[in-house]
Amino acid sequence: MAKLMLGNQAVARGLYEAGVQVVSSYPGTPSTEITEFASTYNKDEMYSEWAPNEKVACEVAIGASIAGKRAFCAMKHVGLNVAADPLYTASYTGVNGGLVVAVADDQGMHSSQNEQDSRNHAKGAKLPMIEPSDSGECKEFTKLAYEISEKFDTPVLLRLSTRVAHSQSSVETEERTEVNKPYEKTPTKYIMTPANAKPRHIFVEERMKKLTEYAENCPLNRVEMGSDEIGIITNGVAYQYAKEALGDKASYLKLGMVNPLPVKLIKDFASKVKKLYVIEELDDIIETHCRKIGLNPIGKELFTFLGEYSQTMIKEKILGEKNEFVALEDVIPVRPPVMCAGCPHRGVFYTLKKLGVFVSGDIGCYTLGSAAPLNAMDTTVCMGASISGLHGFNKAMKGEYEGKAVAVIGDSTFIHSGITGLIDIAYNGTNSTVLILDNSITGMTGHQNNPANGKNIYGDPAAAVNLEALCHSVGIDRVTVVDPSDLAALEKTIKEELNAKAPSVIICRKPCALLKTVKHKPPFKIDEEKCKSCKACMKIGCPAISVTGKAKIDNTLCVGCGLCMQMCKFDAIKE
Amino acid sequence: MTKSIMLVGVGGQGTLLASRILGNALLSQGYDVKVSEVHGMSQRGGSVVTYIKYGEKIYSPVIEKGEADIIVAFEQLEAARWLPYLKKGGKIITNTQQINPMPVIMGVQEYPDALIEKIKAKGVDITAVDALALAEEAGSSRAVNVVLMGLISKSAGFPEEVWQKALEECVPPKALEINKKAFALGRAV
Repeated sequence: MAKLMLGNQAVARGLYEAGVQVVSSYPGTPSTEITEFASTYNKDEMYSEWAPNEKVACEVAIGASIAGKRAFCAMKHVGLNVAADPLYTASYTGVNGGLVVAVADDQGMHSSQNEQDSRNHAKGAKLPMIEPSDSGECKEFTKLAYEISEKFDTPVLLRLSTRVAHSQSSVETEERTEVNKPYEKTPTKYIMTPANAKPRHIFVEERMKKLTEYAENCPLNRVEMGSDEIGIITNGVAYQYAKEALGDKASYLKLGMVNPLPVKLIKDFASKVKKLYVIEELDDIIETHCRKIGLNPIGKELFTFLGEYSQTMIKEKILGEKNEFVALEDVIPVRPPVMCAGCPHRGVFYTLKKLGVFVSGDIGCYTLGSAAPLNAMDTTVCMGASISGLHGFNKAMKGEYEGKAVAVIGDSTFIHSGITGLIDIAYNGTNSTVLILDNSITGMTGHQNNPANGKNIYGDPAAAVNLEALCHSVGIDRVTVVDPSDLAALEKTIKEELNAKAPSVIICRKPCALLKTVKHKPPFKIDEEKCKSCKACMKIGCPAISVTGKAKIDNTLCVGCGLCMQMCKFDAIKE
Repeated sequence: MTKSIMLVGVGGQGTLLASRILGNALLSQGYDVKVSEVHGMSQRGGSVVTYIKYGEKIYSPVIEKGEADIIVAFEQLEAARWLPYLKKGGKIITNTQQINPMPVIMGVQEYPDALIEKIKAKGVDITAVDALALAEEAGSSRAVNVVLMGLISKSAGFPEEVWQKALEECVPPKALEINKKAFALGRAV
């Protein structure tokens, strides 16, 4: 029976049907649900886990593959940068059990810090990359990826995009097949010293030639002939946009295998159409390949390197047709995402703004501390960069900013790659102050357990990193824990640590307000007689409070965190 | 013939659950269905949109300006924001609830007045209903999404059992009773 599934859910189904036995990932939008859905299958058949970061996840999958089992890891596009080190060498070792690495690009940057095209990694690592365009293909391609992996002795990259990962379409389910291979010690294949790696590099180059031959005739690439006036070479979700925009007015070469690209297949298709276009989101990879093989398609001169494409964009650019629509004359206020009512991070950013310090930021819900009215952030680059970036900033300022600068980082991000930066601070000595915002969960990606919260992916009890002990053990003597909902205590602690002539860590510890285990107080109330409409309570940027005349609390949003009460000098906010 | 429905609202209002109920109901009627959602940043009280398309064969999962047959707005300002996505002759169903966005809360911008009247004045077919009041009547202010699903179920042209089954598949058992009541109240409007 057909079921409606998210692309990510369909990948997880494909893993199960392909007989995958080990799944290890770090959460990252838009890839997270693959592993969440994988963990809903029987763990004795298909074991899943959250790893501390993508590099570890990828290495876990490599180890499982060497053991002779089909293995998998998933990550977002920037996660592949973290995992690139093991991946590029796993390209040389090849596999024993099939190995698939899913990478989800975020065209349009719905939830990311950049818009990199992960096909570049496939080229760099010399790995086959396949790309589905809907949920049905997500499942089928995932299963096929394992066949390719074992047939060609290679890890396979499975590329998704936000639209494919987070769209639901129908999927037919099938039974699981079991695959087990024996482990045999093979140093020439799995020990990548130069003497072994040199012959493996020869193997990799030969493999690329064989994969190119495979791409000429494989079920992943297909031609759909319509009118020969227009020929479209396309991949991923862009195929769906083109097909909707142009229908029978064009012919299509849909490339499900985006690395390596076929030569004869493309030349043959080009010879059958009068005008050739390449429609690919982000980089000009197919277009460049076409030029290399002597073709001259219309590509990025018409279609942008930026963001997502759509059927209307294609219709307008190729057919010159535009949709009609109506709009109001009013200016519609934007509705940016905000920190939730009761968010434990709010008090931290309010205090940092009040103190006027430089804030080296990181990746997570707390990046919203950069938004108005808190505006308490100076930098955000990548996972972990808050801490190492602060160290560099302080070194460059020759101590001038010590006492006037902090780093903020979440518990999960700290485990991911913040700890190494902290070791640098301790080892190479800056009087830097690091705030670990420990909300006991990986929040931004939708609540995943992590190594610091004492639960594994299944919600079972697990070893928890003792953050205080960890910070002490790397050489930070000043480690304090504070409740960030107590504004007075928080401000006092931050001031003390900024003034200290030593590196320090402040752990701001309070669970995420959205956790089901967190008990909330009833909504707070305004005493209208006492309220002077001074708007002091507005400074914390809580979505549950507004002032039109007197202050007003929205009962559907307020969770009784009490932060606004601490802002009011007139005792007008009551429990 | 492809039909396009957009669910628009504010992060936390349950547009995702509503789109799943709708998607499952449509699939069980033999349509090809695509539902597109955006997770992540948009969940934190931001403007959220879900696209639902169904017909014989669906390609693009997204709906663009001038393409939606129906826009279901969970909040007034969102109805106005996404109005350009409505096809000529399309229909808007909106909850009358107003949720102030941060620029309005901070007093930097104003929440525009008389939005429903202004949309009507553009010649657009718009139905406004206080779904929050009905959700509260059903037992939870969080059931606004299911009230609105009840409302659109009337014009979908397939049996109520289909919706009930979709509801049962998508809603956790302990919340089912309230949601069934919310659905019935929406359908009775």
